[in-house]
Amino acid sequence: MNRRDSLKAIGLGTLSATMLLDACKPGSKKQAEDTNDEKITPDEAGRLPEEIERDKKLNAEKFFTDHELATITILGDIIIPKDAKSGSASDAKVPEFIEFIVKDIPDHQTPMRGGLRWLDVQCLNRYDKTFVDASSPQQLEMVNDIAYPNKVKPGMQQGVSFFNLMRNLTATGFFTTKMGIEDIGYAGNSPGKWTGVPPDVLKHYGMEDVV
Amino acid sequence: MNDIQIKKSSQTYDAIIVGSGAGGGMAGYVLAHAGLKVLMLEAGPFFDPAKDSMQLKWPYESPRRGAGTNRAFGDFDGAYGGWQLEGEPYTTKDKTEFHWFRARMLGGRTNHWGRISLRMGPDDFKGHHIDGLTDDWPITYDDVKPFYDKVDRMIGVYGTVENLPNEPDGIFLPPPKPRLNELYIKKGAAKAGVKVITGRGSVLTEALPGNKDRGACFYCGQCGRSCKIYGDFSSSSCLVIPAMKTGNLKVIPNAMVREVLTDASGQATGVSYISKDDMQEYQVKAGLVILGASAGESARLLLNSKSAAHPNGLANSSGVVGKYLHDSTGSSAGGFLPQLMDRKRYNEDGVGSVHIYGPWVYDNKKLDFPRGYHIEFGGGMGMPGYGFGWDMQKMNGAVPDRDGKMKEAGGFGASLKDDYRRFYGTSFGMAGRGMAIAREDNYCEIDPNVVDKYGIPVLRFNYKWSDYEVKQAKHMQDTFQHIMHEMGAIYGPAHGPETNYGLEAPGRIIHEVGTVRMGDDPKKSALNKYCQAHDCKNLFVVDAAPFVQQGDKNATWTILALSMRTAEYILSQRKKTNV
Repeated sequence: MNRRDSLKAIGLGTLSATMLLDACKPGSKKQAEDTNDEKITPDEAGRLPEEIERDKKLNAEKFFTDHELATITILGDIIIPKDAKSGSASDAKVPEFIEFIVKDIPDHQTPMRGGLRWLDVQCLNRYDKTFVDASSPQQLEMVNDIAYPNKVKPGMQQGVSFFNLMRNLTATGFFTTKMGIEDIGYAGNSPGKWTGVPPDVLKHYGMEDVV
Repeated sequence: MNDIQIKKSSQTYDAIIVGSGAGGGMAGYVLAHAGLKVLMLEAGPFFDPAKDSMQLKWPYESPRRGAGTNRAFGDFDGAYGGWQLEGEPYTTKDKTEFHWFRARMLGGRTNHWGRISLRMGPDDFKGHHIDGLTDDWPITYDDVKPFYDKVDRMIGVYGTVENLPNEPDGIFLPPPKPRLNELYIKKGAAKAGVKVITGRGSVLTEALPGNKDRGACFYCGQCGRSCKIYGDFSSSSCLVIPAMKTGNLKVIPNAMVREVLTDASGQATGVSYISKDDMQEYQVKAGLVILGASAGESARLLLNSKSAAHPNGLANSSGVVGKYLHDSTGSSAGGFLPQLMDRKRYNEDGVGSVHIYGPWVYDNKKLDFPRGYHIEFGGGMGMPGYGFGWDMQKMNGAVPDRDGKMKEAGGFGASLKDDYRRFYGTSFGMAGRGMAIAREDNYCEIDPNVVDKYGIPVLRFNYKWSDYEVKQAKHMQDTFQHIMHEMGAIYGPAHGPETNYGLEAPGRIIHEVGTVRMGDDPKKSALNKYCQAHDCKNLFVVDAAPFVQQGDKNATWTILALSMRTAEYILSQRKKTNV
């Protein structure tokens, strides 16, 4: 079977290569119905019954309180705000992802729950308000104190650990959505033919002779 | 009425094969095509990559974005299973460590493997003369070469002819070209004096001559998910499903084999199994029993098959079954290339196997450890998944920002968001995979106290690395540091003695072999050189259990070649009516 037949075999053969690329790109019309805006219901082919069951169970549980989720939402948007290229963490439903992943990977639960409470207690002591209720400049002041691991002040180390985890989960949650993949510019997951590094790129890096 | 009965089948098959991975699949393929009536028992569900593969799914189609919570290698991985299976425990002895990966499904672990397809070399089969440390195989490279050749033609492997002494060339399809990061690796390795050559993988970079059932690769880089168009090698797609089409091979999925049955004379008569579908007990009969259940499971089955004729377990009068267990060594490193910040985007998924690798070509006389390892390399603009963007605070303080000034590590906001874009595609990794010396005192045995949920006694492992493997891992780490330095990369320090130089625990590399080894002397081996039991002439083992001593090469291509050789031996013996 040649490559064209291969594509036909997976139901893609009637499309031209360009159309294929477009069809597989995030954000295109073909897949618009699977956007981040909708509840994800994975295709069940090839999944084990216990896997499907486990996801259902996790989806039915609620871990974070509304207050905790509100805090996560503000923090997420401070970490990844909307800019000219793409939306914010909450636009990409990152808080919903974090709610799911801590149920899926329980090791994240205590660092997240404890870290959120640590943050609120800090804010209550400083501003007499929780993080959510603090003013925007106060929130940024607080975040500034825990966002830079190499210049952390005494007593803030636990906050740095929490913020590192929050930053990690936010980045992973954002860049694995359709919005995030389009932003980062991942161009694969599209049937085609790999013929090596494009000539202009080889030239740019002076790698023409290394083959 | 009793709820549980033993249901005995009246049909007698020519052969029963236990397991459907590389070894079982190849034996089934050859025997079914030769007209034998074959029954294959698989402990997991039926799996056809054409229908069941997660190929081309996006990370957001998994609520955990492909994290490894359900499946050890992530939601999209092609293996049902992992190092722990619900209700199927194993134990370890004397606080030693062994991790046993099992994939319960048609095709077994071949659905997700790295497709790195290396032949063992002449010194891997006969290594005793080098340092006196290992026993020789009863066969040579030249004995196996014709079968490697046939496997290459039948299944397909890409690569380049290199004429290296202990890295035999095959019959190769055109290889995929290196990605940009891999060019940096090649260049850096050359400066560091480390040999790097084109990868060798069982992926159809071109249509396979004479095969209409398998498609040519369309370069999604997702071999680990298994391939819907059969563009890479899985036993399910390339061996078992084609064998079923002959009408001569029947698969019973979800059949967990309990023991091999023998008659008073000690000959195998069939097997007993429990069906995971109805939880009933079954017995099936055959003229031949062929085990391809994996090195661990085949040893377990033999040790659990005790009878008056085989009081020590089947095929175990020598007492070697379970012994000489060995897995490849593994140690790894990685970093990023600041030269590639803000790189141009294009699709560089390539193939899902290695594009380049570093074979072992060095002289151990100048080194403090025996035998060698190869290095697998990768990197580039991969598909984001769970873990993407992790630990940016360890990277973004190490290089100048767009304005040319250094910035504080960590951070948040628009500038951090931009960093993820800037760093995308700059990272790379390298992993050593080395030869561990097979030793009698690294073994698995039946745990006298523990059964799995089917009531089958489980394996207990006893495994320790020696100084040889630790020193090999140190050499890997030193080599990686040297290569990364010459690449102009940014990277962390080498793993030190506190972690045994990053040496992975036994079993983590998933190349375990050696538990039912072959040999000419029935006192020191369980199988003869055709993988036929010395003690039971109609019993064969076709997985990685017969390996006497693994090379640094990944085991699958050798499993395929040996299983084909065994199956052809069976056919030749049937003509002579010996089995």
